[in-house]
Amino acid sequence: MRRVVVTGLGLVTPLACGVEETWKRLLAGQSGADTIKQFDASHLATDYACEVKHGDGTDGTFNADDWMLPKERRKVDDFILYGIAAAEQAVQDAGWKPEDREGQIRTGVMIGSGIGGLNSIAETAVLIKERGPRRVSPFFIPGALINLISGQVSIKYGFKGPNHAVVTACSTGAHAIGDAARLIQWGDADVMIAGGAESSISEIGIAGFNACKALSTQHKDDPKNASRPYDANRDGFVMGEGAGVVVLEEYEHAVARGAKIYAEVLGYGLSGDAYHITAPAEDGDGAYRAMEAALNRAGVKPAEVDYINAHGTSTMADTIELAAVERLLGDAAANATMSSTKSCTGHLLGAAGAIEAIFSILAIRDQVAPPTINLDDPAVESQLDLAPNAKRERKIDVVLSNSFGFGGTNASLCMGKLR
Amino acid sequence: MSDVADRVKKIVVEHLGVEEDKVTENASFIDDLGADSLDTVELVMAFEEEFGIEIPDDAAENIQTFGDAVKFIKEAS
Repeated sequence: MRRVVVTGLGLVTPLACGVEETWKRLLAGQSGADTIKQFDASHLATDYACEVKHGDGTDGTFNADDWMLPKERRKVDDFILYGIAAAEQAVQDAGWKPEDREGQIRTGVMIGSGIGGLNSIAETAVLIKERGPRRVSPFFIPGALINLISGQVSIKYGFKGPNHAVVTACSTGAHAIGDAARLIQWGDADVMIAGGAESSISEIGIAGFNACKALSTQHKDDPKNASRPYDANRDGFVMGEGAGVVVLEEYEHAVARGAKIYAEVLGYGLSGDAYHITAPAEDGDGAYRAMEAALNRAGVKPAEVDYINAHGTSTMADTIELAAVERLLGDAAANATMSSTKSCTGHLLGAAGAIEAIFSILAIRDQVAPPTINLDDPAVESQLDLAPNAKRERKIDVVLSNSFGFGGTNASLCMGKLR
Repeated sequence: MSDVADRVKKIVVEHLGVEEDKVTENASFIDDLGADSLDTVELVMAFEEEFGIEIPDDAAENIQTFGDAVKFIKEAS
C-alpha cells in the first residue's frame, strides 16, 4: 500500500489564526473561551463560547480580508471562510501549487463540516417569513452547502482530483483526514487537501445544543474555567469555531519534490456504536474498536503509543473514553500521556478532529504534549498521565487522535514520526 | 448624471467589487464587469430593493448593461 505523509498545516482556532500562533498559546495553556461577542446571547442558557478573534491580523487575530475579498465573503457562511483560510495556510506551507494538468488532476480536496451553514439557513428562514421567497439570495444555497469549502478550494487552486466532503458530526475532521489518506493509498490522488471547518456559534446553534443538554451552563462569570475535561465539576462542552486543514501527500511524491514532511499517517480506524443518537455506548466499545482498528492498520502495538489526543469534550462521556483507552493500552497506560486540547480551544465540532490531528502532529514535531487545563479535581483515578494544567515534554513518536460524534460515529487516526 | 444612474452605479460597484469608472453606459455586467449568472440575479434583486419596484424574470434577462438597468428602472419607477 502507498504511504501517506503530512506536508502542510493550516489553522483558524479560537486561540489564534495560524499554526504557530495557536500552538504557542495551546502549550501555554491559554483558554479561548469568553462571553459571546458576535450576537447578544444573554437570553440563552449558555452565553459563552470559544469564538475566533477577529481583528487586523496582528497578535494572532483573524483578519477576514487576508483570506477572501469582501465581495466574495458576503456570499458564503463563515465556516467556508474559515475553511478557505486554513486551506490557504496549508497549501502555502506545503508549497504545492501544480501548474500542469497532471499535477492538478492528481490533487483533490476533502474538507467537511459537522453542520455547515446553520446561521445562513436560520437567517434565510426568517427572511422568507418576513419578506417572502423573492428576497432569497442566489448565493444562499452555495454559501451554506457543506461541500462548498472543497468546491471553493478546488476552484481557487485548480485542484481537479477527487472533490468530496465528510459530514459525521464531531468526527468529521478525523474522518476527512482518514478517508483522504485512503484515496491516496488507493491511487485516486497523489495529494489531498483535507480537514474540517465549523461556525455554529449562533442563537440557533447554542439553543439547539442547550436543548440536548450538551453545553456547559454554569460558568457565565468565569468562562475560561468552563471547559474542564476529566474534572469532577465538568458540566458540558464549550462550543468552538474555526477550521483545520492538512496537506496529505503520497510519500514518494513528497520526497521527489523535496517537501518538508511533518509526520506519516500510519493508520485509521472507524466504528459505529449502534446505541444512541447523542450518547456514546457506556462500555466504550465503539471508541475501543476505532482505536484498535487504527493500530492494526498501522501495525503498531498499543504499548508503542506515546500520546493520545482525546476526544474529551468536558461531558460525562470523558470517562467512557478514558476507560476504553486504559483497556486498549493495558499496563502500558502508565507510560502514555493523554490530553484534551478542547480544554483550551473548546469543541470545534466538525473541525475538532482536524485541529486535533494537527496538534498531534505538532506534538510529534516538538516532542511535547499540550496540557489539559482546568483539570483540578480528577473525576476518576487513572494510570494515564492526563497532563493536568501543564504541557509535558516527552518522547512522542506515535500518536492517536480520537473523535466521536452524535449518531455513534467514531474515528481514530494513528500518526507517527517518519521512519 | 441622474440620481437613478448614481444609485444604480453604487449598487454595481458594491456588488461586483469593480472601480466606479469601469461602470459605463455600455458596460456589460457579465462581459466587462466580471459578473456570473448568480451575480446578475443578485444585482436585479438589489435594484428591486433600492427602487421599490418588481422586475419580472423576462425583463431581467434583457438587463445586460449598466445602461439597460438605468433605462428600465427609469421607466418602471
